[in-house]
Amino acid sequence: MALAHDGVPETLGKTSAGVAARLLPLVAIVALLVLACLVPFVASSYRLLQLTTVVIYSIALLGLNILTGYNGQISLGHGAFFAIGAYTTAILLERTGIPYWATIPIAGVICLLVGFLFGLPALRLEGHYLALSTFALAVATPQLLKFRLLEPWTGGVQGTYVPGFKAPFGLPLAWDQWLYLLSLAFAIVLFVLARNLLRSNTGTAIIAIRDHPIAAASMGINISLYKSLTFGVSAMYTGIAGALGALVAQFVSPDSFSIFVSLGFLVGSVIGGVASISGAVFGAFFIEFIPNFADQISKAATWAVYGSFLIAFMYLMPTGVAGFLARIWKRLRPLRATC
Amino acid sequence: MEAFLHQLLSGLANGGIYASIGLALVMIYQATHHINFAQGEQGMFSAYVALVLVQAGFPYWAAFLLALAFGFVTGVAIERVIIRPFEQAPVLSVVVVFLGLLFIINSLAGWLFTYNVQAFPSPFPPGLGSRYLSAHEIGMIGVTLGTLLLIYLFFRFTPLGLAMRAAAQNPDASRLVGIRVGWMLALGWGLAGAIGAIAAIMAAPIVYIEPNMMAGILLYGFAAALLGGINNPWGAAAGGFIVGVIENLAGAYVVGTELKLSVALVIIIVVLVTRPAGLFGYTIMTRV
Repeated sequence: MALAHDGVPETLGKTSAGVAARLLPLVAIVALLVLACLVPFVASSYRLLQLTTVVIYSIALLGLNILTGYNGQISLGHGAFFAIGAYTTAILLERTGIPYWATIPIAGVICLLVGFLFGLPALRLEGHYLALSTFALAVATPQLLKFRLLEPWTGGVQGTYVPGFKAPFGLPLAWDQWLYLLSLAFAIVLFVLARNLLRSNTGTAIIAIRDHPIAAASMGINISLYKSLTFGVSAMYTGIAGALGALVAQFVSPDSFSIFVSLGFLVGSVIGGVASISGAVFGAFFIEFIPNFADQISKAATWAVYGSFLIAFMYLMPTGVAGFLARIWKRLRPLRATC
Repeated sequence: MEAFLHQLLSGLANGGIYASIGLALVMIYQATHHINFAQGEQGMFSAYVALVLVQAGFPYWAAFLLALAFGFVTGVAIERVIIRPFEQAPVLSVVVVFLGLLFIINSLAGWLFTYNVQAFPSPFPPGLGSRYLSAHEIGMIGVTLGTLLLIYLFFRFTPLGLAMRAAAQNPDASRLVGIRVGWMLALGWGLAGAIGAIAAIMAAPIVYIEPNMMAGILLYGFAAALLGGINNPWGAAAGGFIVGVIENLAGAYVVGTELKLSVALVIIIVVLVTRPAGLFGYTIMTRV
C-alpha cells in the first residue's frame, strides 16, 4: 500500500512537459504508421516492392530479436524457418483450395512446431555452439529442399510457382498495393503482440533466462520449456515472414534460401539493435537498402563495401541503431526537461 | 570390398583438409574464444595467391610457401587491425564482424580473380597414385600429417610455442612473466591463416578454385572441431579425419551425394547433444 501511495503524488506531480515527453513516442509511432499506410498510393511499384520486403524482413528480424536479443540464443539459421514458411504457403496454394490469406497463419503454426522441436536439442547449447549448429542448419537448407524424395512437393531444383491473387471485396487496389497493406497489417499485429509478450510475466522470464539462467531457474522458471517455446515463437515470426515473402516473390526455389539469407537476418538484427523491438525495423531497412547502396559505390566489389559497412557499424554503434538512438534520446533529457 | 576401401581412404584424404581447417579454427578459439567464420575465405584467398604465382612462372613449392607466408601475414594483420578493437565486445558483435570479413574477402577475391571456376595444379606426380588413391590424395594426406607434426613440434619444443600456449591458457599470469600476450594472439591468428592456406591449396585441385569453394569445407571444419573437442587441437585434427570418412561413406552408401552437407549438420547436432565437449575435449566447469 505504501508503495501505491508513494506512486500517486509522483504521477500527479508530472509536469506538462513530462506528459508531452511520454506522449511523443506514441504520437511519432502513429504518425509513422499513417505515413506507412499512405506509401502504396505514392510510391512507384519498384519502391513499393522494396518497402514490402522491408516490412516482411522486419517481421522476420523481430522473431530473431525475441530469440537472440531477449532470450540470448544466437541463431545463424533463421533462413531455414523463412524457407519453411515460404514453402508451406507455396505447397498449400498449389495443392489445396485453401485461400492465400489462410496459408499465412498455417505457415506460422508449422514453423512454431518445427522451431519448438529444433529448440529442444538446442537447449543444451550455448553461445558459439548454438551459432554453429544453426549455421549448419542454414547451410544444409537448400540441399534438403532439393532432396529427391521431397521433389513432388517442393518442385526440386526448379522450385515452384506461387499463384497471384487480387485484392478482396472489390477494393480498388492493385495486387502489389494490397500485398503491401496485408504485410503491414500482419506486421502491426505481430509487433504489438511481441511488445505485449515481452512486457508480460512471460517476457520477464524470457529475459531473466538470458541474464542469469541459474537465478531464473531458482525463481521457479522452467528454463527448458521457456527456451524451446521462445525458439518456437521466434520461428513462427520468421515463418510468417517467409509465407508473405513467397506471396511477394510468387516463386520459391531452394537457391533463394541460401546461407546468405540467414546471415543477412543475423546482420540486420544486430545492426538494428538486437534487444529491441524497433531495431527490427532499422535492421530491415539496412538489409534491404544497404546492398543496393553498396552496389552504387562499387559495382565490382559490392559485398566488400557491404562487409566494410558491417564492421564500421559494429565499431561505431555496438548496440545497433536502436541502442544508438536510445543513447541520444537519453543525452537529450536535460533539453527535454527545459522545453 | 575394393570400392569400400577406396571410399574409406579417399575419405581420409578429404579428412585431412577438414582436419587442417578444424585445427585453424581451434587455434583461434583457444586463444580468443572466437569462432572465425572467415577462416575458409582467408584460405581461399591465399590459394588464389598461389595460383597467380604459379601462373606467373614460379615453381609450385615456392608459390606454396609464399602463399603460406601471405596467409600468415594477413592473419596477423586482420587480428591487429580489425579484431583487436572488438576485444571486449559482446559475442554477437564479433560474429557480425567475422561475417563482414567473410563478405569482404569473398567479394575481393571475386573482383580480383573473377568468379569463374578454374583448375588448380597438383604438385604430386601421377606415378604416386595407386589402386585406391589418386596421387593428389596420397600427397594431401602426407602434407596434412607433415603440417600436424610441424605444429606439434613447434608447440611442444620451442620457447615461442610454449609462450603462445601460456598466453592462451592464462593471459594474466603470462603477462606478469613478461610474455607479450597481444602479439601471441596475433601470432596464433597468423598460424591459423597459414594452416587455412594449406587446407585451401590442397583442396583446390579437387573442388576447383572459385571464391565460394570453402563454404562446404568450412562447415566440415566446424564439424571436425566440435567432434574432436573445440579446446583440443589434436582432437580437432582427429575429428577432421573421422568427419571425412563418415562423409564419404555416408555419401557413397547411405544418403547419396545430394545430401552430403546435411551429414555435417547431423554430426554437429548429434555431437553437441550427446557429448558437447567433443570426443577428446574437456568440459569447462564454471563457478557461479
